[in-house]
Amino acid sequence: MRELWRAAFVIARRDFSAVVLSRTFILFLLGPLLPILIGFAFGGLGERISSTDLRPIVGLAMPAADIAAIERAHARLTERMGERALPRLRRVPASPTPRAQLARPDSAVVAILSGSVSRPVLTGKPEDLDRLQGDLSLLASAAKAEKTLRLVKVERQEVATSLGAQAQARLLIGRIAQVVMFFLTILLAGMILSNLVEEKTNKIIEILAAAVPIDAIFLGKLMAMLAMSFVGIAFWGATAFGIFAALGGHATALPTPAVGWPLFLILCVLYFAMAYTLLGSLFLGIGAQAATVREVQTLNMPITMGQMLIFFFASYAVDHIGSPAEIAACLFPWSSPFTMIARAAQDGAVWPHLLALVWQAAFVALIIRVGVLLFRRHVMQSGGRWWKTLFRPATG
Amino acid sequence: MNGDVPAPESPYAVEGHGLVKNFGSFRAVDGIDIAVPAGAIYGILGPNGAGKTTLLRTLLGIVDPDEGHRALLGADQPLRMARQVGYLPEERGLYPSMKAAEAIAFMGALRGLPLAEGRRRGRALMERHGLGGAIDKPIRQLSKGMAQTVQLFGTIVHQPRLIVLDEPFSGLDAINQEKLEALIRDQARRGVTILFSTHVIAHAERLCERIAIVAGGRIRFEGTPGEARDRLRPQVRLRTRMIDGAWRRALPADTVADDGAWHFALPEEGIEPLLRALIDDKAGIESLSIERPGLHDAFVAIAGADAARAMDARAEEEAA
Repeated sequence: MRELWRAAFVIARRDFSAVVLSRTFILFLLGPLLPILIGFAFGGLGERISSTDLRPIVGLAMPAADIAAIERAHARLTERMGERALPRLRRVPASPTPRAQLARPDSAVVAILSGSVSRPVLTGKPEDLDRLQGDLSLLASAAKAEKTLRLVKVERQEVATSLGAQAQARLLIGRIAQVVMFFLTILLAGMILSNLVEEKTNKIIEILAAAVPIDAIFLGKLMAMLAMSFVGIAFWGATAFGIFAALGGHATALPTPAVGWPLFLILCVLYFAMAYTLLGSLFLGIGAQAATVREVQTLNMPITMGQMLIFFFASYAVDHIGSPAEIAACLFPWSSPFTMIARAAQDGAVWPHLLALVWQAAFVALIIRVGVLLFRRHVMQSGGRWWKTLFRPATG
Repeated sequence: MNGDVPAPESPYAVEGHGLVKNFGSFRAVDGIDIAVPAGAIYGILGPNGAGKTTLLRTLLGIVDPDEGHRALLGADQPLRMARQVGYLPEERGLYPSMKAAEAIAFMGALRGLPLAEGRRRGRALMERHGLGGAIDKPIRQLSKGMAQTVQLFGTIVHQPRLIVLDEPFSGLDAINQEKLEALIRDQARRGVTILFSTHVIAHAERLCERIAIVAGGRIRFEGTPGEARDRLRPQVRLRTRMIDGAWRRALPADTVADDGAWHFALPEEGIEPLLRALIDDKAGIESLSIERPGLHDAFVAIAGADAARAMDARAEEEAA
């Protein structure tokens, strides 16, 4: 076993340096920054859009006294309900018919409130009326009651946490972690498909196979690609944080995941590594059977679709903790890391994670072994039926 | 280059018994028994498709035999002895972007040599063999012969007890072939066992203490080159002034006339009866030579004329 790991490290070191020291690695690092920059640009634009006041404007075409009463009521209620709770109001010249007023090209209001405070009439398109009717009824009622309206004071009783809100926030953290992990996996694991093609086309596989167990070749390649992925993630993460800080961004206080931030972050790293190696070992096994790069490219699309299915499965299970679907998603090796990270956000128990990590690692070993045996059988044309040698030591 | 190599416990560095390897319906190795004495230079001779490469790959554990068993330096799981074995495959392969010394160190590291030591030895090997200028060049910038030499250095950098070379002379020019022969002899002097396959009889004749002649997946002969030659009787070449006469009745039945001379294998009863007939008949002996047959003749006799022709054709092709 020690020899297997030693040989795997030799292969991993070679592959890692070959990738990281190549010119194309710079492109690899810079490529994903483009969406991040676009994200920030659109994020800023979105912020500007959301800060623009988009509340509907209602025209007031009433007697002056009624308008004043409505405006006073608006001010009183806004004080209590907040700036954006009620539609904006604007005085419009009284015209014979509100319909004619709304039909004017320079009309800047979506509806017109006419009549009186006691018998208000709201004119506008049906969907606007549906949206505004309640608010204006409230305004008119407050205006009518005016001085007799006594706003009841609600006593505040503060608590540190609200379980309902916390559960919502944790679910959101779980979902975000799942999505980020999925995108990183889909972005990075696909490269492993073509990982053995170089060795096969350059005839190096013969030298490797004569010197070390093929299990070590597979393991080393996975380790190298995982290390390279962590380099990429660290670079992208640091760059994104740098841009965020440079733009003067400030983080809103995030709710704490159920297992706590430190453990959650450690689990993020571990589950990403598991998701990556589970998919990677499968890709390596499939890619190793391919004779040419073209064959590998053909395999890419169905494999991506398979990844999407797994993600949907894990995504469905995220807010059904303890349900048969969620347990199945935890057990199914390829969806397990995604489901478990969402669970870590919502459930504080640590032992399921230890079990899940062992379970996933066992599957990584099993998939590598099957991939190796199929490689020996179909590419090296060696060995008997693969299942007969499944548990034979790697060196023999 | 090597330190003194401790003698292995078994008298044989490589053993195979009843080895069979099929590729689909094709039987590449057909019940081969082989035993390579420790410390020997051992050659496997045969034409293309004879099963030499498959035999070597089977012995090294790259492929498993369908039948039979093997032992490499006493271990029946060859990969367990990988640190003490060097292997140069027939299809040469190196990472094109790797620098030459780094490639040697990497091959050593695969077999347990620390990378830093591999780099040091790799540089030393290249400098000693006049390739110092290529140490930091990527493999893709080297000539085919140089890349092949780099791979050979990678095969021996970890100072193995057993070196297995599959067609090592293939693709090398005459000067490099000579250098390789010297290197093989040097390794053997240090006690390293050398097992190599070749289709060039001359290399085997010059280097090998023992040979196996392989054809059709089977070993047709195993022994020393001398023993192979001894399988044929010495060849007699006779030239006379008189072309015809009663003396011709004394020529052996297998006599062949070629270019005005008579060729035949030395009869078991000797050449005296023929000499007496020649003298009695006054045939006039112009020249008479008795020569020990070469390994090529032995190969033709053992493996068959077709196998010999195939080998000669490939050798000529490479030389061209």
